[in-house]
Amino acid sequence: MEIIKGIGVSPGVVVCPAVVLDAEDYRIPKREVPSSQTRMEIQRLRRAFMDATGELIHLEDAQGDLWDRRIKDIFAVHLHFLRDRTLRRRITELISEKQYTAEYAVSVVMRDVARRFSQAQDQYISERASDIYDIERRLLRHLIGERREELQHLREPVVVVAHDLTPTQTAGFDKEFIKGIATDAGGRTSHTAIVARSMGIPAVVALGNVTDEINPGDTIIVDGNRGTIVINPDQATLDEYKRFAAEIVEHVHELDEMIQLPAVTTDGVTITLLGNIEFPYEAEITLAKGGDGIGLYRTEFLYLDAAEEPTEEDHYQAYLDTINTMGKHPITIRTVDLGADKFTQEKNPIPERNPFLGLRSIRYCLQNLSLFRKQIRAILRASAHGNVKIMFPLITSLLELRQAKWVLADVKEDLEEEGIDFDENIPIGVMIETPAAALVAEELADEVDFFSIGTNDLIQYTLAVDRVNEKVASLYSPTHPAVLNLINHVVRTAIRAKIDVSLCGEMASEIEYTPLLLGMGFTILSLAPPIIPEIKEIVRSVSVDQCRRLARKALSMDTDTQIISLLREELRNIQRID
Amino acid sequence: MQVPPAQNCNSAERIVVIRNEEGLHMRPAMQFIDCANGFESQITIHKGDQRANGKSIAELTMLAAGKGTQLRICAVGNDAAQAIEALAEIIENEITKNTD
Repeated sequence: MEIIKGIGVSPGVVVCPAVVLDAEDYRIPKREVPSSQTRMEIQRLRRAFMDATGELIHLEDAQGDLWDRRIKDIFAVHLHFLRDRTLRRRITELISEKQYTAEYAVSVVMRDVARRFSQAQDQYISERASDIYDIERRLLRHLIGERREELQHLREPVVVVAHDLTPTQTAGFDKEFIKGIATDAGGRTSHTAIVARSMGIPAVVALGNVTDEINPGDTIIVDGNRGTIVINPDQATLDEYKRFAAEIVEHVHELDEMIQLPAVTTDGVTITLLGNIEFPYEAEITLAKGGDGIGLYRTEFLYLDAAEEPTEEDHYQAYLDTINTMGKHPITIRTVDLGADKFTQEKNPIPERNPFLGLRSIRYCLQNLSLFRKQIRAILRASAHGNVKIMFPLITSLLELRQAKWVLADVKEDLEEEGIDFDENIPIGVMIETPAAALVAEELADEVDFFSIGTNDLIQYTLAVDRVNEKVASLYSPTHPAVLNLINHVVRTAIRAKIDVSLCGEMASEIEYTPLLLGMGFTILSLAPPIIPEIKEIVRSVSVDQCRRLARKALSMDTDTQIISLLREELRNIQRID
Repeated sequence: MQVPPAQNCNSAERIVVIRNEEGLHMRPAMQFIDCANGFESQITIHKGDQRANGKSIAELTMLAAGKGTQLRICAVGNDAAQAIEALAEIIENEITKNTD
């Protein structure tokens, strides 16, 4: 058994035998011809261009209705390249001047184009190199003949393993049999990722040399949620995953009907369910799962892969992508929450003794103003195009909030002077994730438009527990009375101050806490997008009245074990009624 | 491939700046090519010292012209003036409208 980590680009879990696509390209049989034959080669080339064009038009006529716009775009690009006379002239010149065979000339020119694409600074362009290889293969297929038929004759469900899938390969996929994808190369915006997501099959990319590791017929687990694949899993792992996969499928079907229904309690209170996201594509999942917006847009991903600090444009692009997906739905962007990671530590010669109490999050931003201003500019510019809110993390005092707001005001002034559009009234919020912030919530409430309670950090800082440290992890308890009292205090304060308050920690994703949170007064929860239907199911089966009674009872209890038993009992009752 | 000094035919040129967010990527480039191919004039795009045939998607996309890039569009031929007008309109207005 071997587990390989890559990037999960399309969620879901599947266990299937592998089909390994030939990593090797078409072998060119002959490179040169006698000069007397060059005219014939030019004829063959023209024929291949015509046939390839005809094939694409035919493919679009036959299947175009099934494709979404991105796939259509990909094929439009192919057609434009095939109709590019300058490109064809370059190939023709190689045939007539160097007596190359048509296939060799195609290969030389297309590879040169692809190489120049892949060297482009722009990631979008560089990833389009796979389009060019795809066009090359399409032409070669017409020149040399069919060879790659494996995928058209499938009779059983498989996971496709390949170096990097081309748009033609993925568009020809039979959804009935192709259940997952694993590739050596690729990124979040590569075609494999886009197509896999639009087909709804799990995919993991950037797995290194996975095509060399896997033999055809090996059993493969593709875990698109965790971004891992398992090659030839042992029985225990297999059983666990099969159960997991079956549960996912079964439950997803059950919950599908929830997606269209409103999140309203039995006594008519509407609850707003938002998604926590990191990558722009997760916005699509949020919508697909019936989310009402983005309650927490983490922006650290922009820094983690990058060798250099992301530019204002990188930020702006990512936000714009998300806005384009979400339309008028609200998007709360959290300013970057870096700390104790590669980006900040590499520039820090002496490691911090206690990074969680160190220079992280808003503290790091306030000491690195140019980085902070860059992001704020991008957020403000994006705010002209959608319903954007800005949120500062790890605030511990009023002065810190004021400093952050001062930077925001200053950047706004710059934009105004430059005549750049932004939302002047962009709502400003703080994350309440330290006991200090919770205890000065009244003061903070006067100067912000909303609170978002980050329970993960709030619990860690309140209980002084690192939950990743297994020796003390059992002390990490969301139902500790100290934690619940702080949360309750923040909700009361927000309601009195008439500002919005949401909860965006993991507590919002776990059904046993949902009734308690509604009872405490929350009407906005922000959680992992795939979980939204599950939480909605609970929301729709309780009344706020009943939840309030539960919350009062829980808050009067002395220990976390009593409270968690109470919540579990309540959940059993709710689920029994259903 | 030096363009001979214009004598018998018209020539026109215009400097434009890419304003749409994704730059002159595939979709806008296709729009540009489709328009350019509707004219008989020769169209050349200059980005700094790089040059591309304005009717070739391969050459145009290889310029990798992102937002803010300044391009010089040159047209030589009978309909040069109309071509420049239409192409500049695409770069400056059309493609900024349908970014998504």
